[in-house]
Amino acid sequence: MREFHLKTPIKDEDLADIRIGDIVYLDGIIVTCRDVAHRRVVEEKRKLPVNVKGKAILHAGPIVRQKDDGSYEMVAVGPTTSSRMEKFEEQFVKETGVKLIVGKGGMGPGTERACKNYKALHLVYPAGNAVYAATKVQRIIDAQWKDLGMPETLWVNQVKDFGPLIVSIDTNGDNLFEKNKVEFNRRKEEKIKEISKQVSFIK
Amino acid sequence: MSVATYEYETKTLSPKAIRLRDMLVSYMKIVSRRLPDDVNKKLVELSKIEVDPLQELVYSTMKENQMLAEKLKRPSCQDTGVVQFFVKVGSNFPLLGELHDILTDAVVEVTKEAPLRHNAVQTFDEFNTGLNIGKGVPNIITEIDGNSDKLDMYVYLAGGGCSLPGIAKVLMPGEGYEGIVRFVMDQMTSYGINACPPLLVGIGVANSVEMAAMNSKLALMRRVDSVSPNANAAKMERLFEDGINYIGLGPQGLGGKKSVMGVNIVNTARHPSTIGVGLSVGCWSHRRGRIVLDGDLNYELPLNKGVEI
Repeated sequence: MREFHLKTPIKDEDLADIRIGDIVYLDGIIVTCRDVAHRRVVEEKRKLPVNVKGKAILHAGPIVRQKDDGSYEMVAVGPTTSSRMEKFEEQFVKETGVKLIVGKGGMGPGTERACKNYKALHLVYPAGNAVYAATKVQRIIDAQWKDLGMPETLWVNQVKDFGPLIVSIDTNGDNLFEKNKVEFNRRKEEKIKEISKQVSFIK
Repeated sequence: MSVATYEYETKTLSPKAIRLRDMLVSYMKIVSRRLPDDVNKKLVELSKIEVDPLQELVYSTMKENQMLAEKLKRPSCQDTGVVQFFVKVGSNFPLLGELHDILTDAVVEVTKEAPLRHNAVQTFDEFNTGLNIGKGVPNIITEIDGNSDKLDMYVYLAGGGCSLPGIAKVLMPGEGYEGIVRFVMDQMTSYGINACPPLLVGIGVANSVEMAAMNSKLALMRRVDSVSPNANAAKMERLFEDGINYIGLGPQGLGGKKSVMGVNIVNTARHPSTIGVGLSVGCWSHRRGRIVLDGDLNYELPLNKGVEI
């Protein structure tokens, strides 16, 4: 478990040495981007109204408060389940040039290919820790696609020391969760056999 | 393109109903940022077992987050869920007739004050109401409990992540309780891993699919360290707890020694031809509150020692 500090804009070479299981802290721009925004870019062929090239996206739907002067305050922000975006992510990375995809839980083969071919990382922020993350947001500098409502709006955040972000897919396409799953499934089968022997309550 | 809106007219409530609504608003704010005592105790216990650097980092982030949420008076997780109420109420509780309006109005208010995230999306019309209420939302499940004047109610803020593994099915008796084992265990490695472990696992056993699903949700209302009063169900809870822990999901599914905070089973009788089984999952940030009130609105908060509203 090594620790890296990245700053946007991120270049390919900044990610070359980072491997699954490493920890990253981010300075710069991270944009919340989830289900419908991915759908609009990939299926509806709309252009993302925020330039995320060399920057980071966060699979998240935050709580944001609008202040009296019209500006926005990040109240709580944490990741949502990344696997929901799996069907769009390869194409999304290709279209946008985003470098870090931050979310929760693992992603699949499409994202592995994207990380390898376009030099990007998928990382997980420990979910449920939304106030901790919000305190790393210095300010919200823009908000686009507000018609999607609070959770799905593209909130553009200036962050400092945003993390810990645990690398789940690296630029080799290696996948921490898929690796772990092999072992999880092996142990599960072992236990299913063991427990099943002890619950023959219908006799 | 016109954006659809949801019309909500503020309810006209009696003075006593307004009092209850305001009590619930302040309690729900607390529930959104402070975990119940049983969950806190269990998380401390588990954090002492997970001592590898990565697991330790995750647990220390969780601890820091809960401290910050309390200090800044903000919801500890951004996904404050679709608000659910599980109500047991005597037929002589003086606000029984107004209860639905009180709970709905309380959700509208707490959404503004906490603030909670807007999580009610009208189905088919597909727009977010922006108020956290909508058709059938909040969910209010009511059971009439004799003719007392008491109200005993759970409020639950479950995010989408831990609602996603929910599943229910009717097994044939030939599949037996052994069928339940595979049903539950398979869901742990496919969906449970993303549902923010360590999890509270709720299993329902009943005659049909909706009863099993409801039982599994009610199982999440029980304390994490509680034990089923039925000896066989208690045995199965223990076997599942050991078994799912052995899988080793660890905090956030990143691997570790433990996967669950607990496993609770709630069972009702079944039909001779069916075994209904349901599974619901609570994340580590298990924001479950309970308030017990008498007819004069004297209250107790059994899950939050020392808390006043």
